[in-house]
Amino acid sequence: MFEDFILILDSTVRLSTPLLLACLAGLYSERSGVVDIGLEGKMLGAAFGAGAVAYITANAWLGLMAGIAVSVSLGLLHGFASISNRGNQIVSGVAINFLAAGLTALLGQTWFRQGGRTPALPEGGRFTDIAWPFAEQIRDVPVIGPIYTELLSSHNILVYAAFLAVPLTWWVLFRTRFGLRLRAVGENPAAVDTAGISVTWLRYRAVIACGILCGFAGAYLSIAQGAGFGVNMTAGKGFIALAALIFAKWRPASAMLTCLLFGFLDAVAIRMQGQEVPGIGEIPVQFFQALPYILTVILLAGFIGKAIPPKAAGIPYLKERS
Amino acid sequence: MTPGQLPRWVDLGLIPFLNLAAAFLVSGLVVVLIGENPLEAVQILVWGSLGYGEGIGFTLFYATNFIFTGLAVAVAFHAGLFNIGGEGQAYLGGLGVAVACLAFDTVVPWYLTLPFAIIGSAAMGAAWAFIPAWLQATRGSHVVITTIMFNFIASSLMVYLLNGVLKERGSMQPETRTFEAGGRLPFLNDLFPSFGFGYAPVNLSLFVALAACVLVWLLIWRTKLGFEIRSFGANATAAVYAGISPVRTIVITMLISGGLAGMMAINEIMGSQHRLLIDFVTGYGFVGIAVALMGRAHPVGIILAAILFGMLYQGGAELSFEMPNITRDMIIVIQGLVILFAGALEYMFRPAIIRLFAPAQPLKAKEA
Repeated sequence: MFEDFILILDSTVRLSTPLLLACLAGLYSERSGVVDIGLEGKMLGAAFGAGAVAYITANAWLGLMAGIAVSVSLGLLHGFASISNRGNQIVSGVAINFLAAGLTALLGQTWFRQGGRTPALPEGGRFTDIAWPFAEQIRDVPVIGPIYTELLSSHNILVYAAFLAVPLTWWVLFRTRFGLRLRAVGENPAAVDTAGISVTWLRYRAVIACGILCGFAGAYLSIAQGAGFGVNMTAGKGFIALAALIFAKWRPASAMLTCLLFGFLDAVAIRMQGQEVPGIGEIPVQFFQALPYILTVILLAGFIGKAIPPKAAGIPYLKERS
Repeated sequence: MTPGQLPRWVDLGLIPFLNLAAAFLVSGLVVVLIGENPLEAVQILVWGSLGYGEGIGFTLFYATNFIFTGLAVAVAFHAGLFNIGGEGQAYLGGLGVAVACLAFDTVVPWYLTLPFAIIGSAAMGAAWAFIPAWLQATRGSHVVITTIMFNFIASSLMVYLLNGVLKERGSMQPETRTFEAGGRLPFLNDLFPSFGFGYAPVNLSLFVALAACVLVWLLIWRTKLGFEIRSFGANATAAVYAGISPVRTIVITMLISGGLAGMMAINEIMGSQHRLLIDFVTGYGFVGIAVALMGRAHPVGIILAAILFGMLYQGGAELSFEMPNITRDMIIVIQGLVILFAGALEYMFRPAIIRLFAPAQPLKAKEA
């Protein structure tokens, strides 16, 4: 029973990592007033870039760089449309999702001829699990052993990076001048502008930060958790991350807890498949799959606290009337 | 940069054309990148979609879907709402059609089943839009986010239903039984053999879609409700002062929008597949956004945009057959580019064009 629980928690960590990275990515963007429903597309693009380059170079780090590069480019496109051209941010996000879904499959087929997938990664092209010191020795110690070896040790470096990004994000947003300005530009851009700080440049930096983190998220899927890119491998994770962001009310620590909760639901769903719950019977897998979205809607309805987005989110900033 | 700055034909004709041209230009570059000849690709695409009867039939079949989802997005646009949940509403609409067809297909002929299918699909689509609408109206939760969530909930719900109560007994496939003649709309090829639509599944629901266009036009521009919807969309605060109830307007607009999206299922389920199956919507709901944007939220524009996207779908299928390097994913890329250039980068060419037209209209420019 305890062992089972540890195993579920272990897969919770693995499943929530990409959500957490994407959720923090969205946090930077939305806190600066740029709504981003293109998280999904950026993750997918990054997963493809990382998978392709890691296969060619047999170097996971170069793969990660490529993933980040793809994701940041898509982020800049979003910025160009929604910051510079003051286009509709939702529409721009939808466009990016379409572009990423189409281009990854199309270029994947053209370059690798495996139905849009990238070939299996060679040695070194993948981030492997890191065993912590003495993990093997204390495996058999009751309680502490499984927690140490299964839960804390033996994850790949991106998992640790994701969880370290939480305090980092908190520090950047709430303890630096840049963070203060970034949050201000999401609440009242005119005030920031009056203070002589460029709204455009601040928002671009937020969008770039978002791209970098989405790059990590995508690379995690294709070259850390998986061993290669598969068509549409994000499968809605970007949208779950978006839901988590709202559920967390745009706060880093809550974002981590929410992503862990959603990852846990996913892990339980996989575990419960075909199993009877005493007194209730078999719970359909689809229920667990829909639960993150249902919970978010309930939250949005105002039944669990209230989710108030950054005030200027979604509104393009117009410096002066023309 | 108010609309009044440019002549009407520039606003409604030239700018959309430039946006579209930019989208296709970039698409052409993608084709070059893959190592094929873009001009040849265009030729195949146009011939495949308009060059022969069956191709036209398929184009019109896809266009029917896009008219419904495009109208759905457009009606919401008029009230300043962004219904991004066409995908889920159409999926649930399929349930409404299927229930009507399964109930009546062995009892009555198709023309008696059709009204129930229309009511069923519209009711289910509207029901799926109701909660997001109500939350937006009374709780202020953003309709974009809630409708995205409802798309995923719809997907889970339908997979559950199709694997459970709706599944045909003894079958392994997650789909309902195939409808009998009373649950099938006639193909246009059977009604008008002279057009030579061949095996194309274009069916009677094309006329349902066109009727919906007329009704939407009447609703938006010729009724009190339509006036309220447009006023609310133009300036919600002013509309409230004028005595327009925001809750009522938001909810009714979203119900109409959801209903239209749901009716897309008539074409797919009753018109072509003749059974309810998993993932039959496959992006039509999202493409509705592009159709509405390109069609400037006007029924005539939507019909034109829907035909264009129908051409892309059918021509793209033909293209992937003739040029195996260009897979069907190319269509998704083109759609993405159209949404990007016609939607998000809508204003990109405007400043340059305004400068171009400014000397011709010195008076108007000064006023602005």
